[in-house]
Amino acid sequence: MPNMQMQKTPMPEQAADVRNKNFKEVALGYTLEQAQNEARRCLNCKNKPCVSGCPVGIPIPGFIEKVAEGDLAAAYKLLSDANALPAISGRVCPQETQCEGKCVRGIKGEPVSIGRLERFVADWAAENGVTNVETAPKNGHKCAVIGSGPAGLTCAGELARMGYDVTVFEAFHTPGGVLSYGIPEFRLPKAIVKREVANLEKMGVDVELNMVIGKVLTITEIFEMGYEAVFIASGAGLPMFMKIPGESLVGVYSANEYLTRINLMKAYKEDAPTPILHNKKVAVVGGGNVAMDAARCAKRLGADVHIVYRRSEAELPARAEEVHHAKEEGIVFDLLTNPVSIEGDEHNNVQSVTCIRMELGEPDASGRRRPVPIQGSEFKMEVDAVIMALGTSPNPMSYDGTPGLEKTRKGCVAADEHGCTSCPNIFAGGDAATGAATVILAMGAGKNAARSMDTYIKSKQ
Amino acid sequence: MKKYEIAVKKTLTPEIGQISVYAPLVAAKAKAGQFIILRVDEEGERIPLTVSSTSPDGLVTVIYQKIGASTMALDELGQGDCLHDFVGPLGIPTAVENVGRVAVLGGGLGCAIALPVARALHQAGNQVDLIAGFKTKDIVILEEEMSSACTDLHVCTDDGTYGYHGFVTGKLEELIQSGVKYDRVFAIGPLLMMKFACKLTEKYDIPTTVSMNPIMIDGTGMCGCCRLTVGGEVKFACVDGPDFDGHKVDFDEVIARNATYKDFEAKAKEKHLCRLKGGAN
Repeated sequence: MPNMQMQKTPMPEQAADVRNKNFKEVALGYTLEQAQNEARRCLNCKNKPCVSGCPVGIPIPGFIEKVAEGDLAAAYKLLSDANALPAISGRVCPQETQCEGKCVRGIKGEPVSIGRLERFVADWAAENGVTNVETAPKNGHKCAVIGSGPAGLTCAGELARMGYDVTVFEAFHTPGGVLSYGIPEFRLPKAIVKREVANLEKMGVDVELNMVIGKVLTITEIFEMGYEAVFIASGAGLPMFMKIPGESLVGVYSANEYLTRINLMKAYKEDAPTPILHNKKVAVVGGGNVAMDAARCAKRLGADVHIVYRRSEAELPARAEEVHHAKEEGIVFDLLTNPVSIEGDEHNNVQSVTCIRMELGEPDASGRRRPVPIQGSEFKMEVDAVIMALGTSPNPMSYDGTPGLEKTRKGCVAADEHGCTSCPNIFAGGDAATGAATVILAMGAGKNAARSMDTYIKSKQ
Repeated sequence: MKKYEIAVKKTLTPEIGQISVYAPLVAAKAKAGQFIILRVDEEGERIPLTVSSTSPDGLVTVIYQKIGASTMALDELGQGDCLHDFVGPLGIPTAVENVGRVAVLGGGLGCAIALPVARALHQAGNQVDLIAGFKTKDIVILEEEMSSACTDLHVCTDDGTYGYHGFVTGKLEELIQSGVKYDRVFAIGPLLMMKFACKLTEKYDIPTTVSMNPIMIDGTGMCGCCRLTVGGEVKFACVDGPDFDGHKVDFDEVIARNATYKDFEAKAKEKHLCRLKGGAN
């Protein structure tokens, strides 16, 4: 008999006024009892709408049933066969628009907390030393993956499982891509990223750090080294700015820079050699997950933080949980507000940001109502830092000049939903192909591309 | 040899060191004007340094000045030690073409970067005047190497203890006024030196390339920390540069941005010195 409780089983978390002063993980995870209670809310529907909402096709009711039965090893096997990085997606997926958005229990109450259960199972496996690293016998074929973010790692894991020799080339000194430099420790502990990468290494994946493809090796040279297929997963690219006066003042950061200093370079730690400004009042411009991450980091470094977003609350692109957590932690949302200029003092340090109020007009190309400035509503906000979280534009460094490789109008690698490009032996996915999107879409793209690479290599034999 | 091993280390002056690092893939690709980023240890800061030279046996030579805690930690490594990370070559190589007669200006540590640029221009058939400026005679570096990389080497010292008495811009103006017609000038060194070199060449209408060294993290365009304004447009030094048209660069902005962490850096250096002292006692 399913548990007909209408609400999700709550997950313990650090109190808001405690956690907004530390970088430890916010959500603490379910106990076995809580997980089983939540798992029993699943109706095990025949048509499994949740699975259709999952970019990597996890057999959701199947693994949840195993949790309810208390057979966590079986649950982990089902989960990790479909998803190479379950501890990560369980923490960072926008479940409300994917699996949980389709859950039948969501019609009259809250959906089953699939994400929390996924996380629970993955964490249980790690704590108990349970891994799923079996691979098919080596097939003697070599594949290369450019970038070790969610798309690259997933693709590498899938290929290794099929028996390929896989080399992942990472430009940074640490693997993980956005999982390492972008998403903060309090949302995704870096020990988990390390653990997932270590699991891939156990499967035989070779991760080569400090390799900036396009500079130290070109894609053409990678093929000359004997690799038969290459997957481009080099990530989103160059941070965008607003092109307003004052954006190069001291104290104006791109969210990428701010987050990289904190997450990758550990600038939040007392003795870290990499510096970061400790500001008093910060405006974070943007409404996506990256904006929430930057705002919550600034808060933890002691600042009074305002999110400045030109549309209204309903259009905030961030995960619902991130917005909720940010508000709980004391971050102020200045909605329907847009910066027009940033002003500095005599030393070029940021002193204020001038904003204008907005109202929503007719829907634009994205289907969302277009924000329109209200004439004469300018006002000044005293701040000593501004963080621009406006998205990115493609960085073609890794693939520029590759013969025959077509790009999109915007400059991304042109790839179809299977990851195939204009070159039969080159595949692409994740933000490098789509522009900035989510971790789970990148993982889905990595998985699809691995299948396409396998098909391609087999077709040559 | 091990990955990222320091094969050769030289002390050029008490403040400036030179290391040749085993990184064969980087050595095979690096060209004049490009840079690398290194880290000393697992927690280390990412330090960008321009490539000074490469050798066929896989060594990449860089020159550094002990200006802060991280470069001091770098200097504590010796021959046979390994760096934790070494990535490159980054940035776009200096455009080397035969334009006729060029002046290459190097200031202090910038001479380490001016050297490969002068050499490449010289090999491309240009008549190269290399004007190398230092504060004083004791800290003149790379004189022999520079001398063999150009047509004429002009060493300058601010205090007149060696060579021309004055700044590199003074020497350049003297040469221009004596009738030398330059087709292009390359200025590489401290921001102020490059700024004033550009003011001078603007007056004489000589196209001028500068090599910018803003604060950087990833060096691949991901963070935008190294942005600068060139001709009214925002450019990233790591992927669009580091070379830019010097007459279009907003130097004052870069100078301010490079001072962002001045206080932090001063404190870190002090702490590092304390630690060193503590260790010695």
